[in-house]
Amino acid sequence: METVTKKSFINRDIMKSSILGAFKKLNPLYMIKNPVMFVVEVGFVFVVLLTIFPNMMGDVTEESARLYNAIVAFILFITILFANFAESIAEGRGKAQVQSLKKTKTVTEACVLLADGTQVKKQADELKKGDIVLVQAGEVIPNDGEVIDGIATVDESAITGESAPVVKERGGDFSSVTGGTTVTSDWLEIEITSLPGESFLDKMIALIEGASRKKTPNEIALNTLLVSLTIIFLLVVVTLYPMTTYLQVHIPIATLVALIVCLIPTTIGGLLSAIGIAGMDRVTQFNVIAMSGKAVESCGDVDTLILDKTGTITYGNRFASEFLPIQGVGKKELIRAAWLSSLTDDTPEGKSILALASQLDVDSTDEKKIIDTSEHIAFSAYTRMSGLDMKDGTKIRKGAYDSIKNKSVNAGYEVPKDLESLVHQVSSLGGTPLVVMKNEKILGVIYLKDIVKPGLKERFEKLRSMGIKTIMCTGDNPLTAATIAKESGVDSFIAESKPEDKIKVIKDEQSQGKIVAMTGDGTNDAPALAQANVGLAMNSGTNAAKEAANMVDLDSNPTKIIEVVEIGKQLLMTRGALTTFSIANDVAKYFAIIPAMLMVAVPEMSALNIMQLNSPTSAIISALIFNAVIIPLLIPIAMRGVKYEPMSASKLLRRNLLVYGLGGIIAPFIGIKLIDLMSGPILNLMGL
Amino acid sequence: MWQIALVLVIYLPLVIVAGHYLYQVTMQQKTWLDPVMNRVDNIIYKFCGIKQVDMTGKQYVIALILSNAIMIFIGYLILRIQSTLFLNPNDIDNMEATLSFNTIISFMTNTNLQHYSGESGLSYLAQMLVITFMMFTSAATGYVACMAFCRRLVAKSDTIGNFFVDFVRVITRLLIPLSFIVALILVAQGSPQTLKGNETVHTIEGKMQDIALGPIASLESIKHIGTNGGGFNGANSSTPFENPTVISNIVEMLSMMLLPGACVVTFGLMVAKRRQKTLFGKQGLVIFAAMSILLLIGLVTCYIAESAGNPIINNLGISQDIGSMEGKEMRFGIPQSVLFTVVTTAFTTGSINNMHDSLTPLGGMVPMFNMMLNVVFGGKGVGLMNMMMYVMLTIFIACLMIGRTPQFLGKKIEEKEMKLIALCILIHPALILLFSALAVATTAGIAGITNPGAHGLSQVLYEYASSSANNGSGFEGLADNSPFWNMTTGFAMFFGRYLSIIIQLAIASLLAKKLWHSDSVGTLKTDNPMFTFLLIAIVLMIGALTFLPALALGPITEHLQIRS
Repeated sequence: METVTKKSFINRDIMKSSILGAFKKLNPLYMIKNPVMFVVEVGFVFVVLLTIFPNMMGDVTEESARLYNAIVAFILFITILFANFAESIAEGRGKAQVQSLKKTKTVTEACVLLADGTQVKKQADELKKGDIVLVQAGEVIPNDGEVIDGIATVDESAITGESAPVVKERGGDFSSVTGGTTVTSDWLEIEITSLPGESFLDKMIALIEGASRKKTPNEIALNTLLVSLTIIFLLVVVTLYPMTTYLQVHIPIATLVALIVCLIPTTIGGLLSAIGIAGMDRVTQFNVIAMSGKAVESCGDVDTLILDKTGTITYGNRFASEFLPIQGVGKKELIRAAWLSSLTDDTPEGKSILALASQLDVDSTDEKKIIDTSEHIAFSAYTRMSGLDMKDGTKIRKGAYDSIKNKSVNAGYEVPKDLESLVHQVSSLGGTPLVVMKNEKILGVIYLKDIVKPGLKERFEKLRSMGIKTIMCTGDNPLTAATIAKESGVDSFIAESKPEDKIKVIKDEQSQGKIVAMTGDGTNDAPALAQANVGLAMNSGTNAAKEAANMVDLDSNPTKIIEVVEIGKQLLMTRGALTTFSIANDVAKYFAIIPAMLMVAVPEMSALNIMQLNSPTSAIISALIFNAVIIPLLIPIAMRGVKYEPMSASKLLRRNLLVYGLGGIIAPFIGIKLIDLMSGPILNLMGL
Repeated sequence: MWQIALVLVIYLPLVIVAGHYLYQVTMQQKTWLDPVMNRVDNIIYKFCGIKQVDMTGKQYVIALILSNAIMIFIGYLILRIQSTLFLNPNDIDNMEATLSFNTIISFMTNTNLQHYSGESGLSYLAQMLVITFMMFTSAATGYVACMAFCRRLVAKSDTIGNFFVDFVRVITRLLIPLSFIVALILVAQGSPQTLKGNETVHTIEGKMQDIALGPIASLESIKHIGTNGGGFNGANSSTPFENPTVISNIVEMLSMMLLPGACVVTFGLMVAKRRQKTLFGKQGLVIFAAMSILLLIGLVTCYIAESAGNPIINNLGISQDIGSMEGKEMRFGIPQSVLFTVVTTAFTTGSINNMHDSLTPLGGMVPMFNMMLNVVFGGKGVGLMNMMMYVMLTIFIACLMIGRTPQFLGKKIEEKEMKLIALCILIHPALILLFSALAVATTAGIAGITNPGAHGLSQVLYEYASSSANNGSGFEGLADNSPFWNMTTGFAMFFGRYLSIIIQLAIASLLAKKLWHSDSVGTLKTDNPMFTFLLIAIVLMIGALTFLPALALGPITEHLQIRS
């Protein structure tokens, strides 16, 4: 994840296609969708005409007017190109992703199993819902479906980017398969569940491609604001013309066009669609597929996060945290036995026992020898225990309380009196007890604890400072839930929760005017996912959950909802910041252009030329160049989003106002002055 | 300077008291006038057949527009046939068609721009039945619109409040009692209140002069209480009969400041949670502070500019030590004149106690600017609604900056609302700039301009700013009683008033129907000093930048020219 965000947002291919795209987008029919830039284009055409026919409006007297008009026209042209370029880059990145997705859609044939057991080859796009296909190792799954027989590993890297194959089998939460993924071992019988062209992959491609076209509600609202600002400034300048005429102040038409272009919010107007596309793109780069841009926007508003305990907040019951010997057994003995039982155990639990044991200075003599000579007894659902048989006949086992107890009793031992209380103690804390026995004699209990994922506490802290409340849902008893809740730092929890409880919590929160986000994977999460304002389903989850959610996480990492919330906020913030910047810029532009415009007729106006710009012409050209150049300079911000750190709204506002508001007022003063220093002498040489 | 400070210090407690009273009237709570006025109200309701049922936003607007339309029609008729009606001791003739159109729109829209001179253009009947009557009804219209607007911001339904009930209550509980008190004070200060005809007297120069009399004090009080502004006499509140003393001057200023400010306090109380209804609602205080700061900026600018005097006149050997006194009354001096000028334009009353045309260029720019912004308290009720447009705009941008979709008082501001907000903010500059451009581009328009160059343009800008903001003061000096000026300013006033109200109530209706969302540390705080600052910044950025080029051509050019 981290590496993705740091990757440069541009490469040579995207650059090339973007430059091409920038020119293609000059088409007025396309430009009219972006009214702000369309006004610039109309202005450009107008000034070009004025360059060719300087007397068109009957206002020209000087020889140099043609050259001046040409320069203005050229800068306007560059301005439009820059804006188009920004949009093209954003689209280019999405396109690259679509291309790679499309590559995975190259399945041509599928082997259909008919009811009588015969196999028929069919074209993949002829598959109907309900068809049953057989997919062998090495083949690509032709369409989304449900496993009805077989067990196999599937490489889902095509859509998730995760290279480790996943086991798929009938029933449970691992039965759905996605078209375009590859079976890497064994075989699967799959019942197709979607029509050709409507698979998850198809939807994904459509979404990424469509991201550039569909505007989100907030984007439309902001666009409305920008359009009305454009109309206001158009009015300002258009009405200025008769006023100056009345006062017999002569202002070249090209200057008026330059004034319009400088005042209308071209900076944000040029970058707006790029910001939206890039925002959606950032979500996709996190391997989350958002079903709509609206979903991403509402992420920014989330007030309450509902999180499952297992998998989201904790890893699940896996890590050894304590050895609890029964009365009469030395702690050292228990540790040694527990250590022995896990020597050949590859499971995370086993590894954690080894780690804890060595932390407690276990007697680890003959480690290598024992491993080499002993026989590993693997865990099975039937015995519910694992361990090893040593060469000297010692049998070490660890396992579930019931199984170990039975085995011990059968061998003639009495159940130690305090065993049950130890087991109860562990489970009441939310842990899982593993009972250890040596040659059928019970030694004690290993406390396997539910471990809170590292860093979560800090994240919940940050979420709280952002005003987001976290609620943990767990099937555990209240005591356990309270322990984990305290440890992880969630704001509240619901213990012994049933799926209906989740919906109730969501509805309660919503009735208090909160926006609720949740993650879920199982079928019984589907109604809650649909009820929540933002529902993030795991890709590993059932199709029902995925259909109900408005986002799907391809990596099936429920913690990611936090990142998605941040991306949503960042998207809105980027829009706000650049809008503020764009409007704030107008102050400096006014100070550059207004005195310059009127200085010829009203020499006293030079008092307002506070930037001491070279000449009126240079002032106008400099402001116009600044206006154009700022667009590509801001492309990185538009693409990456403004820097976001979780903090309270007031702090955030203050910081962004300082950077983009105050910065927006000051930056153009410096920028225009610098450009003037460079362009002034050149314009002088040209005789302007 | 202490005179200015004194008025402002008296103003604060007054506005808070008035705000609380207004809150009681708005929320139909008990007021001390109930024992008497409830009976009066009931008689009116019965007589007019008013059913006290709640209205939807749409019904409310329709009722508002229709009742205004009927008043316009009747008023127009009276102006056109006033010579044949009674109470016309000075034998005033019927008013000309376009002037009648202008006058009637002007008074119904609470503008009170006067292209006629009261003493020579109106009979006493018209003064009372059209002018004074409309001063009550237009002010009430503005306030009930604001009531409907504010209620919908806090309500969970769009069906709330009845236009006719609100309308009656505002007049009986607020306007009549207040203007009665003010009229008595003015009479005590020396304003005439009579139905006798003009007096003709021998002056000390030995010549004969007509002294205009009439029911002046009553008109004068509602003129300011209702932020109307149309004077009984052409010279408005600079004449000794309308505004005899410094005390009457202060009373008139406080009268016009009272209700627009109180509206903000009322709004603050309406949105404040039950326990936080202290002197000021927090949200109201934020808006009140923003308006006050804008007012003070203008006040200080104007005061400095006027005190500095006019260097050209100085060069003529006329001392400017006490400031530029051209066009000002000696009994008011610079402070009282400047304050009146700023107050009357900020609160969009439009009465004047000095000649705005004679202000120094920058001094004259301040009143113009107040009207261009139209949110520095603004007219009764409508000023607050205009400011709310900027508040929502500020929220829209600020919310984005903190990564939330925009939300105000728990309601989301989305595409539809934004369209209307943008349109509403657009109307005002569009009217001013387009009509000004039209005026300087046509011979009919130019014919009215009496000054050359930059000052001429200032006259034009001022006239349309005053019309569109429903202020009504004139830069004067403009020969504005011509069909062109009557018609164009009439349209500017009409659209400036009704388009805004319709759109604003539509926005409120949309918001009322929305789902409510709660606040948290993650949502934008709209009730802290930061927001005040931001609001001012947005008002100046959007409101001011729009007019800067025009102002640069007019007053700024003139200022630079006389100073160089």
